[in-house]
Amino acid sequence: MTYFIDRRANAKHKSAVNRQRFLDRYRTHIKRSVEEAVNRRSITDMERGEKVSIPARDISEPVFQHGPGGKRTIVSPGNKEFVEGDRLRRPGGGGGGSGAGEGGASNQGEGMDEFAFTLSREEFLDFVFDGLELPHLERKALVDLDEVRPVRAGVSRDGVPARMNIVRSMREAYARRIAMRAPIRRALREAREALDMEEAKDPVLRNPARIAELRAEIKRLEKRLESVPFIDTYDLRYNNLVNQPQPSSKAVMFCVMDVSGSMTQAHKDIAKRFFLLLYLFLERNYEKVELVFVRHHTAAKEVDEEEFFYSRETGGTIVSSALTLVDEIITDRYPPGQWNLYVAQASDGDNWDDDSVNCREQLVKSLMPRLQYYTYVEITPHAHQALWEEYEAVADAFPDRFAMRQIVEAGDIYPVFRELFKRRAAH
Amino acid sequence: MTRRKPIATGSDWNFEVLEAYERELARLADEYRLDTYPNQIEIITTEQMMDAYASVGMPVGYHHWSFGKQFLAVEQAYRRGQMGLAYELVINSDPCIAYLMEENTLMMQVLVMAHACYGHNSFFKGNYLFRTWTDASSIVDYLVFARKYVAECEQRHGVTAVEQLLDACHALQNYGVDRYKRPSPISAEEEARRQTEREEYLQAQVNTLWRTIPERPAGEALPGLLLDGEDPLGLRGGGRYPPEPQENLLYFIEKNAPLLAPWQREIVRIVRKLAQYFYPQRQTQVMNEGWASFWHYTLMNRLYDDGLVDEGLILEFLQSHTAVVNQPAFDSPFYSGINPYALGFAMFSDIKRMCEAPTDEDREWFPDTAGANWLDTVHFAMRNFKDESFIQQFLSPKVIRDLKLFTIIDDDQDEMLEVAAIHDERGYRRVRDALATQYALSVREPNIQVYAADIRGDRSLTLHHVQDSRRPLGRSVYPVLRHLHQLWGFPVRMESIMDDDSLGRRIQWPLPDEETK
Repeated sequence: MTYFIDRRANAKHKSAVNRQRFLDRYRTHIKRSVEEAVNRRSITDMERGEKVSIPARDISEPVFQHGPGGKRTIVSPGNKEFVEGDRLRRPGGGGGGSGAGEGGASNQGEGMDEFAFTLSREEFLDFVFDGLELPHLERKALVDLDEVRPVRAGVSRDGVPARMNIVRSMREAYARRIAMRAPIRRALREAREALDMEEAKDPVLRNPARIAELRAEIKRLEKRLESVPFIDTYDLRYNNLVNQPQPSSKAVMFCVMDVSGSMTQAHKDIAKRFFLLLYLFLERNYEKVELVFVRHHTAAKEVDEEEFFYSRETGGTIVSSALTLVDEIITDRYPPGQWNLYVAQASDGDNWDDDSVNCREQLVKSLMPRLQYYTYVEITPHAHQALWEEYEAVADAFPDRFAMRQIVEAGDIYPVFRELFKRRAAH
Repeated sequence: MTRRKPIATGSDWNFEVLEAYERELARLADEYRLDTYPNQIEIITTEQMMDAYASVGMPVGYHHWSFGKQFLAVEQAYRRGQMGLAYELVINSDPCIAYLMEENTLMMQVLVMAHACYGHNSFFKGNYLFRTWTDASSIVDYLVFARKYVAECEQRHGVTAVEQLLDACHALQNYGVDRYKRPSPISAEEEARRQTEREEYLQAQVNTLWRTIPERPAGEALPGLLLDGEDPLGLRGGGRYPPEPQENLLYFIEKNAPLLAPWQREIVRIVRKLAQYFYPQRQTQVMNEGWASFWHYTLMNRLYDDGLVDEGLILEFLQSHTAVVNQPAFDSPFYSGINPYALGFAMFSDIKRMCEAPTDEDREWFPDTAGANWLDTVHFAMRNFKDESFIQQFLSPKVIRDLKLFTIIDDDQDEMLEVAAIHDERGYRRVRDALATQYALSVREPNIQVYAADIRGDRSLTLHHVQDSRRPLGRSVYPVLRHLHQLWGFPVRMESIMDDDSLGRRIQWPLPDEETK
């Protein structure tokens, strides 16, 4: 007896739990691989999984085995020129020619040296952002309730036909019909009984006038019964929607970068990686993330991504021009009530001498009150200049929402990023 | 010649076609007296196949990271194209579950049905090892129980605690089987045995062995413990415990480990039961694959002879079959040990040949087989042997010649390797003996037994490793002893008994101080 079962529609990922257990168990190994990968990868490359290798020794499942040594007899196929009594040199110093079979080498716990596997994109990003969190996500959720979403809120007596609740309307109609017909039916039944009684009487005793009167009454009642409407406007019910304030799930990220002559392509690449990490991170926390690229030298300009990263400019640097532009864009297009605003700025620390003070004022007075978080990375191996000092003052004023770090080379990006967004103990 | 009326042509399949072929296979199998459990054939996707592989073919299993590791390895191999999934995954249960992968061609589906649903299935039902050691009808239920139980334990005691326990049990699972003690075939007796086992289990909960010894902080000597040689009343005599060495390490742990909680004992038992279930499979690889390959070859050819498949399909089949039973030579880059499919197929085919067209050599070597009824003979062989004895009994000079088998002696006291025997008149018997030995589990795995548990002293556990041909234990002995130590809770020792019965190397866990330095 045989039967076929089509299981194709069944759940896949039966091994998901076991897979996760494995990843958890070797978390530290995998994290190390992921960290290396983040620093190694090109920027457009974050969207895929990652091959990870773990030393096989670390994940072996030991069992009792024979070690090398002693006397063994090995049977192998494919003899070509050997005859009995031939003596051969040991190939590669011991182990014998047993091939895989029992795996002479792995007895030592150091056989195949690497256990390699592939993380999915999701798993990869989980490891990249493991232990990180966005600061002040909940503040936006609690305070700014400008964004609304319609939600169902029972039924109401008025509304548009498209939202009519048929079942409820019919139920109302049915109830009304029962209620309106009941007294008529009772009167009708009484009239009929009276008529029957009258007609059952001896013909001599009958009262013809009474009979006629009852008949007329019955007819009138039947007509009234029929005239009770099947459905009435009074019965109609509509699904009621009310607007409920909604925590905003939209974010916009401003990438601000200095493109003056002192910023080399290497600087920009480092900045780009930083922006990209931040973008991926925001994307995991918000339904929708918009990007605005603002570059500046002495004047600021909003550009597209390509131009932002790859066009070259020369000239001096006025950072406040970019901050002013960001401020304008926020006012024009991204009302803070509806958007979570993030600014990431990258620069080599150069600024026009008098401008750094303007920057601080701009930030403290206008920008910071509206932003969720402001990160500033300074890509320079050199000593800090005026801009850094002014920003330090800003950081003192907004310790929770303003963060600044120095990056010297590409390898610093990920550690700095992790430090900026490290999950902090609730206070 | 038969007029060809193939049930289907081309490589696409659908359920009607599969059912039609299955009916034909069933008819032919009946003709060849292949007695099988009912078949449950499941059509699955690639990903589900990888899941199935990862759980060693069990339809349900408890969660453990090692299965995740297995899954990742399978996935990686499959992505690189190193591995065709597909061939067969069949579960020794009643009904017998076999998987067909969605994207296989029609030929492949028919081949897998012949191989798994009639080949392996009849082997599971017929072979004596499977008949005595496994209970096909209850395995799936037991797996469900095991999965639930382990999940409950994880909830109650934490995932890590359960995981560590399972790690330790897995390290010992090859030593969780009764090798020589067979379960009784009579069901009433079977029941009685289980009952005693359960009693023993309860007994273990109040194990009087340990009750008299007071608790003490780890590392301190028992207060007032009699020192060696200072035992005037002979309190510490009374013989060794256990009186006989025990080969089933997990069983001994389950019943005797002093500190395990009841749930931990139950998990040890689960791992032990599953190891026992897989034990026959580990001993019948060559026979099982050989039998299945022999029958898929026979059945597919019969389908062709009966005109039920077309030339295209049979050619595709032959190509696939040839690849499966190919045996690369020892010096080939593709060589990875003796291919059980190749050896098994060659041997079963050779038994048939000896019955049908015996040569003088066959009459001399196999007087009982030569000229006998081939179907009776292959059935007899399938039923009553395991790899070791099957090779000893049926490996013919012709197969040795065909595969060009030879033996090499690798002795660490000799700086050269020596070719001991080849496929010639003087060598046949020695090659056969050596090959049979190579498949004996007792030789493949080190011989390790529980020798003594010091129930009157420091509660240490002593294992004996009886060396064979001077072969020492591999270095994995340390991590395994560490696992054993976790289960036992007190020091464990491993003593090697040399070939001349003298005491060899002693290993102790936890390591004595001078070794850890």
